[in-house]
Amino acid sequence: MSEELNGKGILKGLGVTLKRFLATYWDDIKWLGRRYRTAEGISHRSSKDARGIFTIQYPEEKLPPPEEFRFVPFLVYEEKEDGSREIRCTSCGICSKVCPPQCIWIVRTVDPATGRPRPEPAEFYIDIDICMNCGFCAEFCPFDAIKMDHDYELAVYDRRQNVYGLEKLLKPVSYYAQIRPLNNAREEEARRIKASTRPPAFVTGEKE
Amino acid sequence: MTTAAPHDVPHTVQAGTPDLAARFPGLVAPDERSGYSGWIVTADHLVQVATALRDEFGYDLLSSVTGVDYLPEGKMEVVYHAFKTTGGPGICFKVQTGRDDPQVPSLVSVYPGAELQEREAWDLLGIKFTGHPDLRRILMWEGFNGHPLRKDWQEPYYEDEAKPFKSRSPEGHVYRFEDRNPFGDNVRYPEDFDPEKWTPENPEDLLYKSLKTYQAESPDGIETDHIVVNMGPQHPSTHGVFRFVVALDGEKIVNLKPVMGYLHRNHEKIGERNTYLMNMPYTDRLDYLSPMSNNFAYALTVEKLMGITPPERAEYIRVIMAELTRIANHCMCIGSLLNDLGAFFTPMIYLLEERDLILDVFEATAGSRMMVNYFRFGGVARDIPEDALEKIKGLAFERLPRILDEMDRLMSENEILRARGIGQGVLTAEDAIRYSATGPLLRGSGVPYDIRRADPYSIYDRFEFDIPVGKNGDIYDRYIIRLEEMRQSVRIIQQALKQMPEGPVMVGKPQYQFRPPVGESYGRVEGPKGELGFYIVSNGKPTPWRYHVRAPSFINLTAFGPMCVGQKVADTVAILGSIDIVLGEVDR
Ligand code: SF4
Ligand code: SF4
Repeated sequence: MSEELNGKGILKGLGVTLKRFLATYWDDIKWLGRRYRTAEGISHRSSKDARGIFTIQYPEEKLPPPEEFRFVPFLVYEEKEDGSREIRCTSCGICSKVCPPQCIWIVRTVDPATGRPRPEPAEFYIDIDICMNCGFCAEFCPFDAIKMDHDYELAVYDRRQNVYGLEKLLKPVSYYAQIRPLNNAREEEARRIKASTRPPAFVTGEKE
Repeated sequence: MTTAAPHDVPHTVQAGTPDLAARFPGLVAPDERSGYSGWIVTADHLVQVATALRDEFGYDLLSSVTGVDYLPEGKMEVVYHAFKTTGGPGICFKVQTGRDDPQVPSLVSVYPGAELQEREAWDLLGIKFTGHPDLRRILMWEGFNGHPLRKDWQEPYYEDEAKPFKSRSPEGHVYRFEDRNPFGDNVRYPEDFDPEKWTPENPEDLLYKSLKTYQAESPDGIETDHIVVNMGPQHPSTHGVFRFVVALDGEKIVNLKPVMGYLHRNHEKIGERNTYLMNMPYTDRLDYLSPMSNNFAYALTVEKLMGITPPERAEYIRVIMAELTRIANHCMCIGSLLNDLGAFFTPMIYLLEERDLILDVFEATAGSRMMVNYFRFGGVARDIPEDALEKIKGLAFERLPRILDEMDRLMSENEILRARGIGQGVLTAEDAIRYSATGPLLRGSGVPYDIRRADPYSIYDRFEFDIPVGKNGDIYDRYIIRLEEMRQSVRIIQQALKQMPEGPVMVGKPQYQFRPPVGESYGRVEGPKGELGFYIVSNGKPTPWRYHVRAPSFINLTAFGPMCVGQKVADTVAILGSIDIVLGEVDR
């Protein structure tokens, strides 16, 4: 590089930095202070039009997780009118089979009267220290019973609390519908179609 | 080695590859196991055949070297994949040896790029490469008991040959592994071996001895010696827990050896216990800066084994995601390279901003910013949501072209970058090929070898894009071609967005367990860091018999030492930064 060019690169570079610096304040003025701690401001700052300052001031500000965002799974239960909970899980064990690090542990309920298994889990554990948040359990559960959560603030003081049992895993279907509205609607639709195309129970019963 | 088949037995030769059995009658036989291809070479003639492959047939790039333990047959096999840097399909050749004292001649004299890979095969499988200049363990530590990738080696927390484990349901009474394997007991040592008391018999015999290949000169009669300096494993410039040892003459480097394995978790052993699908999220964790690319290579390899192809729309989504990953990776690479050179954080943070926007797309589509787990065999997990697609369009058509120009203005003319980059850490084209370098490291040296063009996979033959190459093979060239590659990736994404059809993104029903036919498969992609390959051997079970990763970060490090010789010690940082390694992939 020739002598007279020396310094040009630095000046050009500083120009880029200065432009960014000014863009921050220019956008602040344009947005009249609404650029921070508002949903629109946050979404603008993480859009393709973002200029200048880009950082999100966690925890005062939080990026809204997109619908498909996945963090450790939870179990879905239906809320009955009488206030009781109906767990969707049938303890079929598929999720524990697909789980890559094998962190799902299921104990099936056995009917004490007949000694036969009943389709609901007696115990259900996920060791979330081991869970790799892959989402396979939710993907392959045939009963839409296990879903990936959006809650990522799970810090605890004692990691022995990180083996989640049923109480910690169960969340109502209304919560699921709130964090994953599109998925929930799609699955409800699929279930509705399946229910309406299935012949009434007594017809199949007669054939058997 | 079994006796070679008589060469008059008809056998099929893959189009475009030489008939080695005809060239070396009696020494080379076609691999006729069902589902396998390539050639089986007698161990005694391996060097001769490899030399001919390189010099007569033009297979100048030995891409992958690995071993397979065929326990039931009592055999060990070393598998080589070689390619031509001028393009075209590769050739696969193998050597077989007994399991008890497996010995195979080293190919380092023909292909120096085999050095680290042969050390890995020795370390993990216990195959001795006779004539190797420096055959030491590489990922495990000296003193480790056994060779962990052997099929009869079991880890201390061994539960079963393959997942899923029976203990999980329906009687899944939870326990924590650490309670059964308390710290201190979770590693098995040879009998009467105490790690606390053990010191290598003579440390000189191990690592440091391998450095002393140079005689200290003493022109004035005063005895001088080289100084050995350890960089890392905890050093900010090594981009992770990576260590290298340099022998110095004053400030000049006379020899350098990389030391790795600090992040080793035996990814391949885990992979051989997992079902095929379970491995998908594990591949994210190899090169965690370009997970889509890892998914891509693994999916291609298994699809090759199963003989399925994904639908059109999925192919386009795959290409878009792979190119976005390349941009994100290069952002990170250039940013940290400039950090290493002393341009503290301004370029890094600017580039991280673009990377973050790309990760937003991954998060909205795949569900996670880095651990994407997005590809499936026969497609992708789900279609790109509407808003994410809009964001990709905004990035590809508006933002990224503008920002890349801006970054070019900010950095390319910068005097520090030019002063520390131009003419430093030179790797000639011949050396780059000899050391099996791939990716930007190879192209920076002026070899226009890009698998997307040389041996197109997926739908890369449909796009127009240039392959930037460097002239001098120095740090600056490696920087500048990465910048240019990002522009080319944007071009590919733009074309893909325009051509992408509607339709399904997955063939068939998603299966969580399946049994691919018996056979082997080597699939590779042009990852952001170089050739990322997977070598899989199936024995028809739901878990792979052999699962090997040809990691570009790892193999590119073969050239690290030679590149540094003659440079000043401070340059090692810049040279390492320009190779672009990720320790998750180096150490596996
Ligand atoms: S969560 Fe789903 S897959 Fe798992 S046991 Fe329950 S029903 Fe089966
Ligand atoms: S998200 Fe993956 S790792 Fe976690 S419990 Fe589900 S299947 Fe297992």
